[in-house]
Amino acid sequence: MKVYIRSSACISAQKTFGNVGFLNDIIEYNSTRLAAIEPDYKEFIDPKLIRRMSHVIKMGVAAAKECLNNGDMEMPGAIITGTAFGCMEDTVTFLTRIVEQDEELLPPTAFIQSTHNTVAAQIALMLKCHAYNNTFVHKGISFESALFDAIMLLNEAEADNILVGGTEEMIDASFKVFTRLGLYRRKPVSNLSLFATPEKGTIGSQGAGFFLLTGKSSPDNQAELTGLTTFYKPADNEDIEKRITAFLQKYLLTANDIDLVINGKNGDIKNDEIYTSLNSSLFKNNNTANYKHLSGEYSVASVFSLWLAANILKRGAVPGVILENEVKIDTPKKILIFNHYQNKYYSLMLVSAV
Amino acid sequence: MEQSVYIAGVGVISGIGNNVAEHLAAFERGEPGMADITLFKSIHQYDRPVAEVKLTDDELIAHTGLSIHNSRTALLSLVAAKEALADAGISNFKELRTGFVSANTVGGMDKSEGFFIDFLADNSKGKLKNVFDHECGSMTETVADQLGISDFMTTISTACSSSANAIFYGARLIKNDILDVVIAGGADALTKFTLNGFNTLMILDKDLCKPFDEHREGLNLGEGAGYVVLVSDKVAQMLKKPVYCTLSGYNNSNDAYHQTASSPDGTGSYLAMKKALKKSGLKPSDIDYINLHGTGTPNNDSAEGTAVKRLFQPDFPPMSSTKSFTGHTLGASGGVEAVFSVLAIRHGLIYPNLRFETQMHEVPFEPETKFQKGKDIKHVMSNSFGFGGNCTSLIFSAV
Repeated sequence: MKVYIRSSACISAQKTFGNVGFLNDIIEYNSTRLAAIEPDYKEFIDPKLIRRMSHVIKMGVAAAKECLNNGDMEMPGAIITGTAFGCMEDTVTFLTRIVEQDEELLPPTAFIQSTHNTVAAQIALMLKCHAYNNTFVHKGISFESALFDAIMLLNEAEADNILVGGTEEMIDASFKVFTRLGLYRRKPVSNLSLFATPEKGTIGSQGAGFFLLTGKSSPDNQAELTGLTTFYKPADNEDIEKRITAFLQKYLLTANDIDLVINGKNGDIKNDEIYTSLNSSLFKNNNTANYKHLSGEYSVASVFSLWLAANILKRGAVPGVILENEVKIDTPKKILIFNHYQNKYYSLMLVSAV
Repeated sequence: MEQSVYIAGVGVISGIGNNVAEHLAAFERGEPGMADITLFKSIHQYDRPVAEVKLTDDELIAHTGLSIHNSRTALLSLVAAKEALADAGISNFKELRTGFVSANTVGGMDKSEGFFIDFLADNSKGKLKNVFDHECGSMTETVADQLGISDFMTTISTACSSSANAIFYGARLIKNDILDVVIAGGADALTKFTLNGFNTLMILDKDLCKPFDEHREGLNLGEGAGYVVLVSDKVAQMLKKPVYCTLSGYNNSNDAYHQTASSPDGTGSYLAMKKALKKSGLKPSDIDYINLHGTGTPNNDSAEGTAVKRLFQPDFPPMSSTKSFTGHTLGASGGVEAVFSVLAIRHGLIYPNLRFETQMHEVPFEPETKFQKGKDIKHVMSNSFGFGGNCTSLIFSAV
């Protein structure tokens, strides 16, 4: 069966949330840590609840609600989220208190909200939604895992109007640890010249995005999610190329049928090797685009890329800022999103115009 | 028509045993696994009994071949997953489409806790190996690599229903013809983080827990791992020995009442049990045994009991909480108890609910208190409910 993206909403390091145009007012950062552009949470969440909510819960709940609003849907048929690290702020808060207070007189709130399923649970609670509710926590394919579940549910006719999303927050402690681990650049860098200066490390970021998936076709749908696959530890570049070709073949397509390839390039030399290699082989005749100079890198950054693809297809416009080569291209009908996480987990999403 | 998914192997480790055989023996002896905390220093060392796996990290490392940098969660996970896979005895495993779907709630927190003490004092300190690659998904990845599984893997974390969700997700991967074999379940090690977390909620019993008893005072934490090997019809036919049973029904519903507390009438649990029955095509009277979530907290047992009453009255099947033996193994509990449910069908077992004395005032039934074997057990329901209102019921059926 066909799977459609009825609506979407995305909170990111760029102005992507609410009625803000389509990436025509780009924010430049000179840092290795990007912030999220925060909406006015009072529009989405009871102010009494906001105070107790961590950043990731607020972002997740607001993005979920906005996605439902955009899809004119009150009650989803299932809620599925993906997050690699879950509720870091509450986890670190509770851990800090255990150490500093030597296990005594600990308030429970941070612990209660530290479980990885808190965002999905809070959405269910707010909507009084008793339907299927799941959370996937598998590193760089957490969001893809959630999407995969949603697609299966639609295929099984177990649910329709599935709210599926990815959330990740960046807190001081995780930024420091990731920096020590060498994931980020050693010196501040402009995100807009991230690809001009390939080095070791990328820029760290955060965000939350949701999609309403349906099996019903409608001219109001944003796009069709034609296909999704993930693979683990491919043998070499040739193996990756073979897997991409096989994926496209499943939908009777070749690379030449793809109007735009969105790559997960993040400015880290080792990370970007495969994209550079494919851009001069399998995708040599394709228009290619990047997004992580806008969104920054985080475990569910592919949320941004799917939001981007759905909007390109719906609006019939490609923001110039994402293009690898500054050539103006026609309105795409088929977009392939190719992302990988630390050269281990790879994902492919095929998104088509409706 | 949907194809059936069979259970071809089981593996388990918990406070009452390091493998399936040791668990069966402990159940028969009626011997619970709770004792004082030995795994870490805590101010609660002697006043919050826990069911620790009776192997140190060093012993688990020697047993699994993993390294000192691996979390205890991964060590426990590998022991049980390996046992399950060996039990299934799938000779052409490498030629099949295989997957590992695992669950846990706090990843490598046991290691990260140590890192954090040094890191808090000075952000440039703390051994990175004790924090890097200790997120939930890394536990799954470590074990999948050891099992030689690379076609498909993912990790589910829905608090205490995590591994029940992993099991039925695995079954759906087979029904959707994505995989032929899935090892599914979950693992969680005891940590200072969870111990203190549950303690702040004031739901840890100072003595051994008394699930479904009127005077219950809370839960005991446990740790462990439990996995089942799910196979397609095609694979089941190639096996040299009979499968254990099928996973005939499952459902995930949300209570949507409170982040941690269950609704008084157990809406989520009721929906999960009812819809799992519907999925299996069974009536409440077909269920021969319920492995309750039965944590021993006043709130859970009251909500679950009320939901059971509503769905099953007037005739209640035998039921019990095996958490009275293993403690609450959190993200592992759905997997651990799925293994017990499968074994109940294979050996005709009813597990005793230890330390039960007084019937709860809100329900007209009592849990089973005696170990029974050789019974005719065809259909077993296993309940797993968690924070965030996540409620999941599984139904296993004899073939």
